[in-house]
Amino acid sequence: MNSKNIVYIALFSALTTALGLFPPLTLPIGVPLTAQSIGCMLAGSIIGAKRGSIALCIYILLIVIGFPVLAGGKGGLGVMLSPSGGFILAWPLAAGLIGYLYEKNLRSLTIIKEACFIVLGGIVLVYAIGIPWVAVFAELSLYQAAVGTLFFLPGDIVKVILVIFVTRLIRRAYPSIDIKN
Amino acid sequence: MNFTEYIPGNSFIHRILPKYKLLMLVFISILLLVFSSFIAYGLMLFCLLCLYILTHISINLIWKQLKPFILVLCVIFIAQLFFSSWQSAVLVIMRLVILLLMAALVMLTTRSSDILDVLEKALSGLRYVGINPAKVSFAISLSLRFIPVIAAITSEIKEAQRARGLESSIIAIAIPLIVKILKMADDIAAAIEARSYNP
Repeated sequence: MNSKNIVYIALFSALTTALGLFPPLTLPIGVPLTAQSIGCMLAGSIIGAKRGSIALCIYILLIVIGFPVLAGGKGGLGVMLSPSGGFILAWPLAAGLIGYLYEKNLRSLTIIKEACFIVLGGIVLVYAIGIPWVAVFAELSLYQAAVGTLFFLPGDIVKVILVIFVTRLIRRAYPSIDIKN
Repeated sequence: MNFTEYIPGNSFIHRILPKYKLLMLVFISILLLVFSSFIAYGLMLFCLLCLYILTHISINLIWKQLKPFILVLCVIFIAQLFFSSWQSAVLVIMRLVILLLMAALVMLTTRSSDILDVLEKALSGLRYVGINPAKVSFAISLSLRFIPVIAAITSEIKEAQRARGLESSIIAIAIPLIVKILKMADDIAAAIEARSYNP
């Protein structure tokens, strides 16, 4: 892995941190919508599977080390040991899956395909890991944890739409980015 | 903004080697998931508070560790009340509070640089799987250095777009920010290689 790849990884890890600086919107249903999970979608779709997932792993290391890089200035091991820790641990896998799908279909991308990729990685996979984690830590059944998590679905759909727009415009504005490094 | 939670001190807890603190944290976390009784949790909570007193950490600080999680804890408490019993709800909350306080104690009494050292040594075992610990540390250092840079660029772009009347558009901020990041990556990588850095 050369210097350029390391720099990309570090920059997207820092970008995910910077996304936490945006004040969270509050949807009408009263659930805060933070921008940070956009970071794993962007990392996967822009710099690819390998670099994207490593970028998110670096981000998780920053959390574990104790830096307050999460939305609201949270950080430290307590975050990973809380019920929402599973969603954060899923981010590297989400970035990896999104990046992999983008790499495989780079020449035949359509908006529909991009939407499917980002939904699969950024929502389906993240929830598949986060919901069992909530169930274990909060001693709820899977069904109960899933119902509680549904409140966050509208916000995540908004994020997916946003990421699709951003990714397509980025690829047009900066065509020399090589997703397969 | 205090960038880490570390509080300088000379207590017994401060002087334990970071790797033992982290190992103990993992071990106790697993124990908490296995055992489930008021007496055990009560004893653990009591011991934890004694440890906090030993390190001379103020009550305010302990509260500050829990405050970000209050909302989550309340939601879980209500959910448990609704689906199970109040005993079950209290047990779950106690366990989560113990986990959070334990993690906070480790973070408050350990320097981030020490934890980074521990992680690098732990990652050296992964060298045989293809992970270079020096590169991981390098990426972490770069990432930390880039956080204020990206925050500054974001502010610049926000002001520029506000001057053009586009303040409310998130995409108008995100596109130039990411393009700037990608171009900056090229320049920085070239500068690093020109200085013959090779981890």
